[in-house]
Amino acid sequence: MSRTTWRHIAGRALMVLVLLLVATVALMYWLGTREDEPTRTATAAIADPAQRVAYGAYLARVGDCAACHTARGGRSYAGGAAIPSPFGTFYGPNITPDPQTGIGAWSADDFWRALHHGKRPDGQLLYPAFPYTEYTHVTRADADALYAYLRSLPAVHQESRPHELDFPYDQRYLLAFWRALHFKPGAEPDPGIAAASMSDAKTSAVASGPTAPGSVAPGPAAPAPASQASVVRGRYLVEGLGHCVACHAPRNALGATTGAGLPGGEILGLGWYGPSLHAGLAADGSSPGLAQWSAADIAALLRDGVSRHGSASGPMAEVVTGGTQYLSPSDALAIADYLKSLPAASVPKVPPPGSATLQRGEKIYGTYCVACHQSQGEGRPTAWPPLAGNLSVTAPSPLNAIRVVLQGGFAPATAANPQPHGMPPFGQVLNDDDVAAVVSYIRNAWGNQAGGVTALQVKRAR
Amino acid sequence: MQARLAACTACHGEQGKAGADGYYPRLAGKPRDYLYHQLLNFRDGRRQYQPMAHLLRDLPDAYLRDIATWFSDQHPPYPAPAAPSTDAAQMARGKQLVLQGDTARKLPACSACHGAALSGVLPAIPGLLGLPRDYIGAQIGSWQSGLRRAAAPDCMADIARRLEPADVAAVAAWLSAQPVTQGNTPPGAAVSALNTTATQAGAPGAEDGGYRPAPVGSVTLPVHCGSQESVQ
Repeated sequence: MSRTTWRHIAGRALMVLVLLLVATVALMYWLGTREDEPTRTATAAIADPAQRVAYGAYLARVGDCAACHTARGGRSYAGGAAIPSPFGTFYGPNITPDPQTGIGAWSADDFWRALHHGKRPDGQLLYPAFPYTEYTHVTRADADALYAYLRSLPAVHQESRPHELDFPYDQRYLLAFWRALHFKPGAEPDPGIAAASMSDAKTSAVASGPTAPGSVAPGPAAPAPASQASVVRGRYLVEGLGHCVACHAPRNALGATTGAGLPGGEILGLGWYGPSLHAGLAADGSSPGLAQWSAADIAALLRDGVSRHGSASGPMAEVVTGGTQYLSPSDALAIADYLKSLPAASVPKVPPPGSATLQRGEKIYGTYCVACHQSQGEGRPTAWPPLAGNLSVTAPSPLNAIRVVLQGGFAPATAANPQPHGMPPFGQVLNDDDVAAVVSYIRNAWGNQAGGVTALQVKRAR
Repeated sequence: MQARLAACTACHGEQGKAGADGYYPRLAGKPRDYLYHQLLNFRDGRRQYQPMAHLLRDLPDAYLRDIATWFSDQHPPYPAPAAPSTDAAQMARGKQLVLQGDTARKLPACSACHGAALSGVLPAIPGLLGLPRDYIGAQIGSWQSGLRRAAAPDCMADIARRLEPADVAAVAAWLSAQPVTQGNTPPGAAVSALNTTATQAGAPGAEDGGYRPAPVGSVTLPVHCGSQESVQ
């Protein structure tokens, strides 16, 4: 064939490739920006305005909106809280009804669009640091209740602080491609999800009394099987407003959670680890992890911040403080029922650290830890949590155990536990090798089989 | 309560009697509202110390008040004072600033607000004795730079900004060298007219030698003090 024919074919091929590329980009952009409006709403809106506001206040707690939308020591929901991430720092915006700096000019439809589609009223795409990837599962009725509550807040005139993101993450339009890969607007939810909650809300928003630790469920010692309605409701709370997956699942290089379930993962930007919320299935046939927790134990942790198996610490203490302690008893139990319905996940066998490390760790444990956590790591719940079988201690990542040893911390203060015990920080008295040894020890004593920790991991966590 | 507060006493010493070095000040016996304000300040970002902010992050006002109450009710003995500075002129300057102030520079005496015995004034003005020299210097420095703040009007910030480095060093040297053994009597003065205050405020035979904050309203402040006036 002649040179011109070759050139002709190559030119054609190139053109096809370019067209394909353009088509792909266009398709992805369309996928990332499209909106499929659901045609009906599964639940009717709460008719009484006062009740709607009260239920919205309850939902704002469930979602812990204040965690990102209220700065430390700042006005409620006026924004400014920093959310660190590998892509830069996000700042939660002002969501009070101030028309200029808040969302006072938003309609209920605008608010729904933000929650369900992740878009601002002007159509601009929202960063998924605002977890609309989960909030998209919230019903229109609940979104309207939240909206009504936010409208009832005092308007605070305070400019939202702009995000400080690295290039290219600061290019908002690129979110279209991220969304094409990782965001699908919620489908029509199960009509059963809110039926229980509406009657619940009338009382829970105003008077959700304290529970004694470990006694949330009014049931007998052998718990009755969870009702299907409770599991459905729990799933709705976990996958929607609760946005549990934000911390309890791994994220890919683009910061998206991709897999199914809540298998646990490092919390990017915070340096903590959200443990798996599945029952464990170890190689030796034992069932570690959440398998040891009853639904009542889980509900106790959510509402009281402490349980007989462990206390909330780090980011989870914050979640309990701002959110889950306000859950109604039935919603807390619904979340627990749903988590207990998740399939068991196998726990890989990890080789134990060397005996020299373990001996050193045991000695340090005997000096600093045993007075509270006891000789068999059984602790004295709920003042001092057990370390044997503790979710954070035995997690694949040692981050939480290292951080708690270095920084200490109080369990969250809740109605049932208003004066929580605090763990002292040991970062000043123990060096990196000491911390590595003692964390290695507690991760491999009393039946724990979580593997060792290096001094370098401790150094990085400081 | 002691068991609940192990996270505090690990650094601030048993009963909050102060840590081993100059970084962790005594908490015991300080006015309850002073301690409460500092807990709020650390939690809400008006004082900057990451370990404190981390520990307090999830604690509500009510528990912080309980914690403040517990430490204000502790009265372990005070340690021996620091050795006086060998610079006699510096010590004299420190004593003068603390007890007389400097009218020409509109500097009130420390004792004008913190009490004649420098033991603080209820509900929220802290005592100044029994603190390490470095700690006192660091706090005044933090007020000068704005790192440490108090409720407006922040009288301490105004005064700190009028102090020269030599003033700060002199005040810290003199204050840290005063023994805390004489109850509510002015340091360096004969036991005299202020005995009434001592019997009111100090429990006889207490381990802290009766060094207690003066009662509410016993001192007329020369400046407006947001911390003292904002207490409900």
